[in-house]
Amino acid sequence: MSEDRVQRRIVVDRFLKGLVVTLSFVVILPMFFILYFIVRNGISVIDWTFLTHLPKPMGEAGGGISNAIIGSTMLILVSCLISVPIGTFAGVYLSEYRKGRFPYFSRLSLEILQGIPSIVIGIIAYVWIVVPMGSFSALSGGIALGIMMLPVIVTSTEETLRLIPDTLKEASLALGVPYPRTILKVILPAGLSGIVTGIILGIARIAGETAPLLFTAFGSPFMNLNILKPVNSLPLLVFNYATSPYPEWHALAWGACFVLIVFILSLNIIARTVTRRWKVQF
Amino acid sequence: MATTYAETRISTAGAFGRAYSKSVHMSRTLLSEGSFRKLLHVSGIAVVLLLSAILVSLIVFSVPAIRQLGFSFLIGRVWNPVSGVFGALPFLVGTLVTSLLALLISIFFSLAIAIFLGEYFRSGIISTLIRGAVELLAGIPSVIYGFWGLAFFVPAVRVIEMKVGAAPYGVGILTASLILSIMIIPYSAGLAREVISLVPSDLKEAALSLGATRSEVIRKVILPYARSGILAGVLLSLGRALGETMAVTMVIGNANNLPKSIFAPGNTMASIIANEFTEATGKVYLASLVEIALVLFVVTAIINIAGRIIITRWSVEK
Repeated sequence: MSEDRVQRRIVVDRFLKGLVVTLSFVVILPMFFILYFIVRNGISVIDWTFLTHLPKPMGEAGGGISNAIIGSTMLILVSCLISVPIGTFAGVYLSEYRKGRFPYFSRLSLEILQGIPSIVIGIIAYVWIVVPMGSFSALSGGIALGIMMLPVIVTSTEETLRLIPDTLKEASLALGVPYPRTILKVILPAGLSGIVTGIILGIARIAGETAPLLFTAFGSPFMNLNILKPVNSLPLLVFNYATSPYPEWHALAWGACFVLIVFILSLNIIARTVTRRWKVQF
Repeated sequence: MATTYAETRISTAGAFGRAYSKSVHMSRTLLSEGSFRKLLHVSGIAVVLLLSAILVSLIVFSVPAIRQLGFSFLIGRVWNPVSGVFGALPFLVGTLVTSLLALLISIFFSLAIAIFLGEYFRSGIISTLIRGAVELLAGIPSVIYGFWGLAFFVPAVRVIEMKVGAAPYGVGILTASLILSIMIIPYSAGLAREVISLVPSDLKEAALSLGATRSEVIRKVILPYARSGILAGVLLSLGRALGETMAVTMVIGNANNLPKSIFAPGNTMASIIANEFTEATGKVYLASLVEIALVLFVVTAIINIAGRIIITRWSVEK
């Protein structure tokens, strides 16, 4: 009787372990599927022309995605220009003032900001920038992406600076270095690797965003370097081509997916190397 | 206000620093301490202002719809911009059904991943492989999920629909839920893994020494201990699912009526905005879409705050 119960418990134990292992491996299947689809369909269209030429009109074979690559770069630059200074300083603020009512609200706002659906951010950039200026623009897209990037940068800056021991700051202040210089020349450099990692991860997060760009950067078939005009971006191009009925455009979209995923993966790898190799130990 | 010893030391040192800088280095300091601190405060409060400005703008721009349609906006079953009828119920239902279905599918998988990485295989090659794969899943852009969904899930679901005798659209609520379930696994799995790996080993060892099997330890010790983190992770992934736009827009079929079954095409709050915002002519039409965004904003904000409360209040470790 009790022999049976023990036997049953062992069976249940093995079953649970088997279930956990099986389900875990089922989860990584989609990853392989997605990568397989991108590589199989994408790698064949990628060559020099694909990266350096403009898209051709519908029906003509060939053409490239150079305008989307340039557009994505512009959008990322604009969003970094906005979110990196504000984000770093807000991160310093949160690590310097850990208790109190304002830091609490600041943290709460960041958490909510991080969870706002990207499409809502798109609408905000539309009513704030596109409506007053009267046209879709790279600027409005960059601002939308900058808002999305901000929480990532603040959080990583704060977390990094919290790890820096107070003695470092005290030593600097005791030597007579004014407070602003202590923060800018001692504390920030000590946490530089963490801050840079945060920026890279922030870029990786926004590089694939499409929804905030639908009514801001809008997309364009032409090369555009003017920040006040609509620009194309890689994810926008993927969306527009993927939902079109033409197989030639689908092929281009797979190629753009490949470029995008390689870019995002490299950013993640770089971020990881920065944290590992360049970390200031205390 | 109580100050710790360290804070007192810092402020004393700061006072010395200030005195010194005033007498000697006045010309070399670009910013005085006061204005630098002010700058820090401004950046910190800028985040609060940004969030408030977002909320206020959404409310202001949805006023025409709120004024004209009132509460009927949320319960109206018909969405017809041409005749000026705006009822958002189909999209509320579409969002709720796809998100909950996705949660239901993904919860077993994310729990399995969390137990796998937090308990069975904490380190080693297999653990690194699975963890890397989950992180990669989190990093893949939404639009790529959508494209892959079109190429892979839509034909697959079409085959299922033909088997069960439903209309073979391929696109629809079920397809969107399947894609969503994959996309949200990393969020719930990540938090759950963290709390599971934080379960103190004395607790586990105590249970093991009493003769419990590994599975009994997991069910009776680890899961109850980690429940707040698991729930918070589920809420986090629910928030993601509700607001997910691109992938859903591409595979849900974009039908503006109430979905009759899970195989039927539909629309979510996010996908209707993505589809119609640029074509929205007329004040009320545009305002209705902004009002949908407002609802989405409020719901995700509440979910995020709830998740935060659960993590801080319910956590066993104090």
